[in-house]
Amino acid sequence: MALLQLDAVGKRFGQVVVAENVSLTVEAGALVGVVGPNGAGKTTLFGIVSGDVRPDKGRVLFDGRVVNRLGAAARCRLGIGRTYQVPRPFGGMTVYENVLLAAQHGAGLRGRDSLDRAADALERAQLVAVANRPAETLGLLQRKRLEMARALATRPRLLLLDEVAGGLTDPEVAELTGIVQSVQAEGVAIVWIEHVVRALVACVDRLVCLAGGGIVADGEAHAVLADPAVREVYLGADIETPTVGSEAPA
Amino acid sequence: MQWVNAIVQGMVTGGFYALFACGLSLLFGVMGIINLAHGDLAIIAAYVAITLVPATHLPMVWGFVVVVPIFAVGGYVLQRTLLQASLDRSPFTTLLVTFGLSVIIENVLLEVFSANGQSISIGTLITNSFALNNVITISWFSLTVLGVAVAVLGALQLFLSRSRTGRLIRAVADDREAAQLSGANYRHLFGVAAAIAFATVALAGLSYGMLTEFAPTSGVTTLLFAFEAVVIGGIGSLWGTLVGGIVLGVAQQLGAQINPAYQILAGNLVFLAVLAVRPRGLFGLRTA
Repeated sequence: MALLQLDAVGKRFGQVVVAENVSLTVEAGALVGVVGPNGAGKTTLFGIVSGDVRPDKGRVLFDGRVVNRLGAAARCRLGIGRTYQVPRPFGGMTVYENVLLAAQHGAGLRGRDSLDRAADALERAQLVAVANRPAETLGLLQRKRLEMARALATRPRLLLLDEVAGGLTDPEVAELTGIVQSVQAEGVAIVWIEHVVRALVACVDRLVCLAGGGIVADGEAHAVLADPAVREVYLGADIETPTVGSEAPA
Repeated sequence: MQWVNAIVQGMVTGGFYALFACGLSLLFGVMGIINLAHGDLAIIAAYVAITLVPATHLPMVWGFVVVVPIFAVGGYVLQRTLLQASLDRSPFTTLLVTFGLSVIIENVLLEVFSANGQSISIGTLITNSFALNNVITISWFSLTVLGVAVAVLGALQLFLSRSRTGRLIRAVADDREAAQLSGANYRHLFGVAAAIAFATVALAGLSYGMLTEFAPTSGVTTLLFAFEAVVIGGIGSLWGTLVGGIVLGVAQQLGAQINPAYQILAGNLVFLAVLAVRPRGLFGLRTA
């Protein structure tokens, strides 16, 4: 049984269709990349899965259970973690408090267990050195890491990453990619939206291309990028095609 | 020595203002609700006490035990229903709704209890006092109210900064959507914050009813003082609210020392001065 299943999901905001008959499954432990031009409905799709956005049509199933009626907080406790494209730390709190909060309330841990979970998430995201700084003093890379640490602390089974690499330099992207892969190695399923296609192709099992609220292509990364329909969607747009000779990941 | 006395009395009164203001501060700090019915709710607490407590044959001081829990539950329910529904529309809607609430409360109280002033009689507890010297005499009751205000604000500060739930309330106050991703059900937490705020309103309302005579229209003035205390202290700072209350109380007493007619005026002048010189208040570090 798939961990996440979207069943003919549709959503429109007024006249704008942001999701049209989207069906998608994600298996436990998979790492799926999502690409698509601006306005393709990628972030809305995350909203529908995480519970921020209520779909007009279709069903969202997590672990075999219909979760359409559950709010974002309840879905978080079920095991759906999410990061925002623009990090949203609780600025007045320390980095540690930010993560502890997620461990206590998102993962439902108490006492010692919650402290351990928070410490572990900080270590995974390489934030131990700044743990006691107010979150508002962090720079972009560290904010992105905090966003990831918070999501990890909720003990997710499915992690939705929204453009974690956007705005970062290549070595920074490589660092974050390493963290993502180590999370996947623990059996967490990951769906990763990214404009920096190069970062995705380097590690995903599967790539999904969205455009105009619908799925244009879904399959092995290089095959999807070579798909004429995908090329057409991106014509004149900002896709970074992997250079010839770049190797598919193992 | 008269001036020293004015300062001492002002500080004691300030404790009462701070107790009044902390619920207002909490509602604004966490939910962004400016509760214009705050003063009227306090007056309801006093009326509830004079209605319910005599039936129990307990001394009126027990009003605190009876009314505070009722208000806490009422606060949770009101937040989950009316206030949340108006918050979902816009912050301005909450302003209109609490204003409407204030008008309704006042008129219902007038209808039920008439416009006559009443007070909660607690016998000699209210008149007991001790003399520091031949000029300065401090009322035990007022001093207790100041103590309660400090204790309530301290407990609230500790709760918000250290406890599991308190930390979550701060997160929700900061970014309710992002807090959901940490498992926070913000509607419930808003209810909890409202319950705490309403409990403090009940404390303040009962103290007010014991200290002085009240009538259905008394809420408006008390709301003004609470507002001034919050703004002088700085929005979002609980200790600031305490200091704000004390500054306001001292200003009023000093004004009264010059001329009894200047009591309220002096408080308002200090309030305006703070707004002009330090719009964020004495302890307001960041804008909300």
